[in-house]
Amino acid sequence: MSFADALNEAGAKPAGKRPYFLDPQAERVLAITMAVAQELAVARQRIDTLERLLTAHGMLAEGAVDGFAPDPAASAQRAMWNQEFIARILRIVQQENEAALLPEEVASGDLGDELARD
Amino acid sequence: MTAVRNNHPAADYDGPPDYRVIGRHGVFPQTSHDEVERINFLAQMNRHLAARVVPGVRAAYETRVEPRFEAKHGRTIANRHEARKAMLEDAAFQTWSALRRLTMEQRQQAGRWTVIRQREELNEKARVLTKGDDRLALDPALEIPRYVSAIDHHCMPGSYHTEYAPGDVTNGANYDHAGFVTTSGLLGTYSDGGGRAVAAWVGRNLPDFSPQTILEIGGTVGHSSLPIAQAFPDAHMTVVDLGAPVLRYGLARAKSLGVDNVRWVQASGEDLSMFPDASFDWIQTTMFLHELSSTAMRRIFAETRRLIRPGGVVLHVEQPQYTPDMPIFEQAMRDWDAFYNAEPFWSRMHEMDLDQAMVDAGFDRATLVHGGVFGVVDRDLFPDAQEDETEDFGRKAAWHVIGAVMP
Repeated sequence: MSFADALNEAGAKPAGKRPYFLDPQAERVLAITMAVAQELAVARQRIDTLERLLTAHGMLAEGAVDGFAPDPAASAQRAMWNQEFIARILRIVQQENEAALLPEEVASGDLGDELARD
Repeated sequence: MTAVRNNHPAADYDGPPDYRVIGRHGVFPQTSHDEVERINFLAQMNRHLAARVVPGVRAAYETRVEPRFEAKHGRTIANRHEARKAMLEDAAFQTWSALRRLTMEQRQQAGRWTVIRQREELNEKARVLTKGDDRLALDPALEIPRYVSAIDHHCMPGSYHTEYAPGDVTNGANYDHAGFVTTSGLLGTYSDGGGRAVAAWVGRNLPDFSPQTILEIGGTVGHSSLPIAQAFPDAHMTVVDLGAPVLRYGLARAKSLGVDNVRWVQASGEDLSMFPDASFDWIQTTMFLHELSSTAMRRIFAETRRLIRPGGVVLHVEQPQYTPDMPIFEQAMRDWDAFYNAEPFWSRMHEMDLDQAMVDAGFDRATLVHGGVFGVVDRDLFPDAQEDETEDFGRKAAWHVIGAVMP
């Protein structure tokens, strides 16, 4: 009940017309980006909390994280994770570049009209 | 930029304290690790904008905005409105404004998430703490004036007055627990740095003043009222506010903090006819006047004049007025909240001749007093605004005092 309320109401619009300072599309993306940056900071702090708790409980040696050297197999897995991650978040760049190399493509609506006529 | 000496163990650290130093009480929301870190991030965002982005806005004003205006109009910028409108065309002001606005929006969402997810528990805690307590007097028929209902101050959905359930404290709890973000922690453990500053100012300037009855108008959850009530424990304090959620929360919070000499009354400061003439030795408002209207302010000043006793003190604490000696750039930056942070009366209020407004309300000009105060905080935990040279136009815990000491 409260969870659903929070989903609906936490981000509710305050009364009053919102000012825009940039192109609204740019400002919308900036707002989303800064919300993501906020959540990245939260995740980073949670990792730091875990490291400190593990160290305090003797399960992680001081400096172990910064001194960590992955073996070749782990190194490859981690590098591949980075590659996958970057490819995921830059998908639109890939797709726009692919499109640039193609002749003008048909839009689905236009194709639909065409198929309806066929 | 001079570092804030914030008494943090890491001497080279310059910024707000970790949110976990905040004081908790009986109706304070539970906060998860990640909710705390969200608040920490947002406080750091405001700190970053003030310390590291505003200097760029100032530089752009001097190197781009002013020259462009002068080239176009053949004269210098004449007032804060021209300055703000000219800055709206400049990328530095646009970017800072967009970030400052959305940081406030993120703060509201973060705080509301924390409170709404536990709304039933908080309302129950408040119910138990306030049940049958005659120090809470609500008026469900009270009409919310347009200066509060038409726009939600500082982008706070539902403002101070909206209730989501019977006995609701949602908007009080949101206002209380995440206000830390806006001032980057400069208001101290219980967000009471303003009230503590006022109590200290009165102690210093009016050492023989011993009030028995104190009224704070627009006291919300009591951030600035409680330290005054604590400084004068033999006095009876009354907080009036338009919002039931903040008053319920205020009583529950005060009781759990052991402050028992405050009662909480839902009323408009424009009509305090429930109190007879000369009812109070001290009438206080704190960061309140800018959320009114011209008419409301006139009526409230008239009510303070009617309600103050001979020998009493009326004090208003606000951000500084726009005086001719304040640079136009600073005035324009201070006006930001009026136009972009839903503080619609801020601009007009800060250009008013408050002395004349007091005189018009019946105060003798010879009785008027003026001063300046900085937020008083626990200096082993919090930055001290007095030592902070970073200017966060309109947000800094550095205020002006205007009032009257009655003969």
